[in-house]
Amino acid sequence: MRRVYLDHAATTPVDPEVAEFMAQVLTEVPGNPSSIYAEGRQARALVDRSREEVAAAIGAEPAEIVFTSGGTEADNLALRGVLKAREGEADGIVTTAIEHHAVLDTAHDLEAHGQARVTVLAVDRDGRVSPDAVRAAIDDRTALVSVMHGNNEIGTLQPIAAIGTLCREAGVTFHSDAVQTVGALEIDVRVLPVDLLSVNAHKFYGPKGVGALYVRTGTRIATVQTGGGQEKGRRTGTENVAGVVGLGAAMRIAVARRAAESARQGVLRDRLIAGIASRIPDATLTGHPIERLPNNASFCFRGTQGEALVVSLDLEGFSVSSGSACTSGSTDPSHVLLALGLERDLAQGSLRLTIGRDTTTADIDRLLDALPPIVARLRTASGAAVPA
Amino acid sequence: MSDRVFVAMSGGVDSALAAALLCERGEEVVGVWMRLTPGGTSSDAPRCCGTDEAGEDARRAAAHLGIPFYALDYAEVFGREVVDRFVRSYAAGETPNPCVACNGYVKFEALLGDVTRKFGASRLATGHYARVATDPSGRRRLLRARDANKDQSYALYMLGQRELASLELPIGELADKGETRTLAARFGLPNAAKAESMDICFIGGDYREFVRERAPEAFVAGPIERADGRVIGAHAGVGGLTVGQRAGVGVATGERLYVLRLEPERGVAVVGRKDEIAARTYALRDVSFTADTPPGPIFPADAVLRYRGTPLAAEVRMSMDRSTAVLQLAAAALVAPGQAAVLYRDDEVIGGGVVDRALAD
Repeated sequence: MRRVYLDHAATTPVDPEVAEFMAQVLTEVPGNPSSIYAEGRQARALVDRSREEVAAAIGAEPAEIVFTSGGTEADNLALRGVLKAREGEADGIVTTAIEHHAVLDTAHDLEAHGQARVTVLAVDRDGRVSPDAVRAAIDDRTALVSVMHGNNEIGTLQPIAAIGTLCREAGVTFHSDAVQTVGALEIDVRVLPVDLLSVNAHKFYGPKGVGALYVRTGTRIATVQTGGGQEKGRRTGTENVAGVVGLGAAMRIAVARRAAESARQGVLRDRLIAGIASRIPDATLTGHPIERLPNNASFCFRGTQGEALVVSLDLEGFSVSSGSACTSGSTDPSHVLLALGLERDLAQGSLRLTIGRDTTTADIDRLLDALPPIVARLRTASGAAVPA
Repeated sequence: MSDRVFVAMSGGVDSALAAALLCERGEEVVGVWMRLTPGGTSSDAPRCCGTDEAGEDARRAAAHLGIPFYALDYAEVFGREVVDRFVRSYAAGETPNPCVACNGYVKFEALLGDVTRKFGASRLATGHYARVATDPSGRRRLLRARDANKDQSYALYMLGQRELASLELPIGELADKGETRTLAARFGLPNAAKAESMDICFIGGDYREFVRERAPEAFVAGPIERADGRVIGAHAGVGGLTVGQRAGVGVATGERLYVLRLEPERGVAVVGRKDEIAARTYALRDVSFTADTPPGPIFPADAVLRYRGTPLAAEVRMSMDRSTAVLQLAAAALVAPGQAAVLYRDDEVIGGGVVDRALAD
């Protein structure tokens, strides 16, 4: 039985062209990019080329790209690096209740160690934060505003252009975690007023363990790890050459395919959302109905448990998740769903379906056939009363 | 309903071997591990099968066998039905058996219910050493393991026909520990050499400290009395005492004294010599039968009154409501309230209940 993979927000398969390129680099490029001899120069050239590809994809300059080990490190560098650079003059972080743990937990860690004051903004029922709320939360000691672009669980897109604009007016650095969006939506930092942007290769068919932080020229940010001084001292450590090469190639391919692919996935997403809404009684779409990632369909089904939904679908050949892959294994409802104002019981029954390049209409239809009886079975097992 | 069999994998070798034997039989096997403690609290209780470390062992064994594996969270039901009951029981002067509570409430109620109702499978397997046989009439019978030394049927007495019909106990058929080891080695199970767990799984150190933290009211000092009411000393609280344990008093008179009973409402521990043990009649509560109904209103059985205890000849008299009974032992024996009294006929478990209190003969 062919499995149907519908968890592209957790990770995506590596593009064959990317994998081939990386394998070639691993076997044929032995050098350390910091070495001055031929092998070093060869490795350096590859890293440089990748930096150009990543920069070009978002309208940045190559010098504004800092390679990291992934989205979590990029978020950590953004928050910790800015707070460290502003130590003694500004210590406020303004963020939202639906950020990824890489941002929220980092902000709270800084707060717990007396290095930051953190304001966590509420979101509306669709998961949107209001630019006015951001403006109201900024004070004269705010160092950083961090608002994600597209939410990993519910797919809601934030008005980051408006938020970036008001941050710029207030003279506050603006960071956005764009890990879920950069492969799906056009991002051009020449027009988007964002100072720091987190990127993660494995969300757009690149390898796991490599990402980048865009740092707009002039942004005050300090290093958070010390060592040999690579990445202009902003992220020291010998470059993950094959990974960086994979990131650049994946980015280039994603940008080339983005417009057509996102449109195609949006059609499948709408088929999925409409199909679930019509076949499953009392299905609650989570996230914004329109302003959402083109590949995200997320729901809560009253009277079910996310864990049981995922296990049952896995046994039927579907790979899905109940919210974030990072918190699977815990049965506490996700902080994102609770932030929407959903009751715990409803939030417990969450299912996230995220479409990818290989997803077909037939895959969607198979899921639409398999899911209703599973939801019905779980509802019967929990004795839930659900209107027919 | 699918014909899949779910295996409750603890991280130990027995349940891993159960899964391996089912795989070898060509079954479609799914491994599940039950998280029993909230994440991150594992270091307090190193032997617990419900901690992260045990879950990792179970996951590795499942990966070795190439079967799907899920970690499912039962910490809430375990805390409520096993840990809280354990504490309440000690605080009430009883001696609980948490393994029996775990089997009854967590494995064969919560997990088995989820396996059959939520996941649509028909069967659950565990690594218990016991056997399920089927009569020509279709009735299931719960039998001791072939290897009497490993037998765990005592802790499964609460199972009824519905549970037994869904239960597979693949390792109950193994001849002895040697065969278990040989098979585990043949399957190359990664946890073949792991030590067996024996202690109370969710407590790292002294259980009395564990109970004291949660039920301080049971740790008020009180008198130690002889059967005639004479006060001969003091104890630190009934919550830390167990019926049948040696009492740390009477050294002066050279007598070996044992706790004969606890009276938590008076805060008294009554102690005496072995020859003062006179009780042979006990009230049982929460009585159940593997056949779902008792063999009759009054019937003979061999009663086992603690894990790996010796069977004692007895007669059981059922109450009208069938949930309580009177157990009359042929000879006097000291039994701690809270322990399971399991009723056997030869190798078959016919049922059991929880010892409620001693009755006057």
